[in-house]
Amino acid sequence: MENTQNAAHLKRQMMLDALFRLLTRSFAFLVLALLLGILLSLLIGALPTIKHFGWGFLTSSDWDPVSEKFGALVPIFGTLVTSVIALLIGVPISFGIALFLTELCPPMLKRPLGIAVELLAGIPSIIYGMWGLFVFAPLFGEYVQPWVLENMGDLPLVGFLFQGAPMGIGMFTAGLILAIMVIPFISSVMRDVFEVVPPMLKESAYGLGGTTWEVVRHVVLPFTKTGVVGGIMLGLGRALGETMAVTFVIGNSSNFSTGLFDAGNSIASTLANEFAEANGELYLGSLIELGLILFFITFVVLACSKLLLLRLKKQEGRAS
Amino acid sequence: MTTNNVARTDKASKPMASQPHRSRAIYARRRLVNKFNMFGATLAMAFGLFWLLWILWTLLHYGLSGLSMDVFTKITPPPGSAGGLANAIAGSLQMTFFGTLIGTPVGILAGIYLAEFGDRGWLAPATRFINDILLSAPSIVIGLFIYEVYVISVGHFSGWAGSLALALLVIPVVVRTTENMLRLVPGSLREAAFALGAPQWKVTLLVTLRAAKSGVITGILLAVARISGETAPLLFTALNNQFWSNMNQPMANLPIVIFQFAMSPYEDWHHLAWAGSILITFSVLTLNIVARWLGSQKSQSH
Repeated sequence: MENTQNAAHLKRQMMLDALFRLLTRSFAFLVLALLLGILLSLLIGALPTIKHFGWGFLTSSDWDPVSEKFGALVPIFGTLVTSVIALLIGVPISFGIALFLTELCPPMLKRPLGIAVELLAGIPSIIYGMWGLFVFAPLFGEYVQPWVLENMGDLPLVGFLFQGAPMGIGMFTAGLILAIMVIPFISSVMRDVFEVVPPMLKESAYGLGGTTWEVVRHVVLPFTKTGVVGGIMLGLGRALGETMAVTFVIGNSSNFSTGLFDAGNSIASTLANEFAEANGELYLGSLIELGLILFFITFVVLACSKLLLLRLKKQEGRAS
Repeated sequence: MTTNNVARTDKASKPMASQPHRSRAIYARRRLVNKFNMFGATLAMAFGLFWLLWILWTLLHYGLSGLSMDVFTKITPPPGSAGGLANAIAGSLQMTFFGTLIGTPVGILAGIYLAEFGDRGWLAPATRFINDILLSAPSIVIGLFIYEVYVISVGHFSGWAGSLALALLVIPVVVRTTENMLRLVPGSLREAAFALGAPQWKVTLLVTLRAAKSGVITGILLAVARISGETAPLLFTALNNQFWSNMNQPMANLPIVIFQFAMSPYEDWHHLAWAGSILITFSVLTLNIVARWLGSQKSQSH
């Protein structure tokens, strides 16, 4: 009697187990399906535009809602330029911060300073936007830009970058604010990967007489190369998709211009400004196609970053 | 530190003793390069802190003067008249609450799969990979997705659409932390429970998950911190509302009200926008710090 009861109990528990496994599995699958869902829905939404404009959409700089002519060149260009500016400023700074926190910082300050840098990532992007528009841009436009325009506008080769009106807002300001926003992401990855370098390697280098800088340059960096690049790519992915901060300070102009201080437009800022008011199949479709392009670019960048970081992890396993 | 460096350089100088002048010059240069770069690193750190302090100072400077009881009790005004942010605050709280409520269970269950069953098969590595990408995916695209699949089919913007968009942002954060925290739980704890004859689901829910509780809560708090400042995914899901509304209507929320008010030309709207910013920033930063503190409690006890 007791035996059959036990067997029934066991059977029930085994069934529950199978159910539990299936449940968690289906939720894991849901995460996977989410990505496919996003891609598919954007693709369907953009279908009318893709049919109508074809590849020309990518190379045309038109953006005219009235006559329904759309092209993605200006927003794509703006997104790339602001992100590149962000990396040019953000990567050296992040490297410096990671270096400071891993090699120079007194142990007592390590935690508070580390948290302070990570809090930069916690500030909502809309706050960066407001601060940029109301506080930073006026100061920048009044004190820094006129000087730069005066002194660098006539330089050969790069002079065209520094022409335009000192408005404060524009692509450079957007890039600078993006740089501040990606610093915590890049520096925290760099810090993490710097800390996986086996102490033995570093100490051997110190034992041979290397200075701190030489140890970092010739031992730590080569060892963590892939991880560092992965961190930079992660920052790039963040910068590409950042919306609100850029929308505030980029100036929102759909004209093509190469000056760093000119107003421009990024994919995300175009979406933020125009989507809610867009009407007409082509207009809406063009905006959704912009979203699809943005998602595709960030996906590729983030996937590369992830693969590089995974490679470092494997290498770490081999070394130890 | 400096004495250390001197000692190191002295030791290394012996093999080159035949050319004392040249080698001294080389050491001087090496030390200079080192000093210069370390100074640069310190400067970079100061640079990072400088922006943080500047932004926080700006918020205090503009925001504190705008904060008053009216902000919490009155609804968003038309330009030129007095008002507050009550409906926007309530809307943000509701959407954040429901977003977390929808996203958390999904995230925890998926995280459990990755940690407990995720060592073989193709699904777990693929999910892990995609999850990390979703973690950094542009949030505005998530908004577009919800617009495509929910707003269009329902036919209007709504608080629910906003909550759904936020839920999609919660999921990757919770999945990631749940998996990491469950993996920290020692295997012996699981084996002890198995040895007592407990079935897998009981072991996971009652033993492993409970042991990792504070870590999982940290993850949820971080997720809440992340979504309560998000603007982009709400732009075309919750939209905005000047009045009180229920979840099935377009809904006011702090980030979008701040966006709208800050972009407007009206001075009194700007004041409200700053007041809203200070509220949002300090609640997000507090959440972040509490989450980190909880997380560090956990790692110390192990």
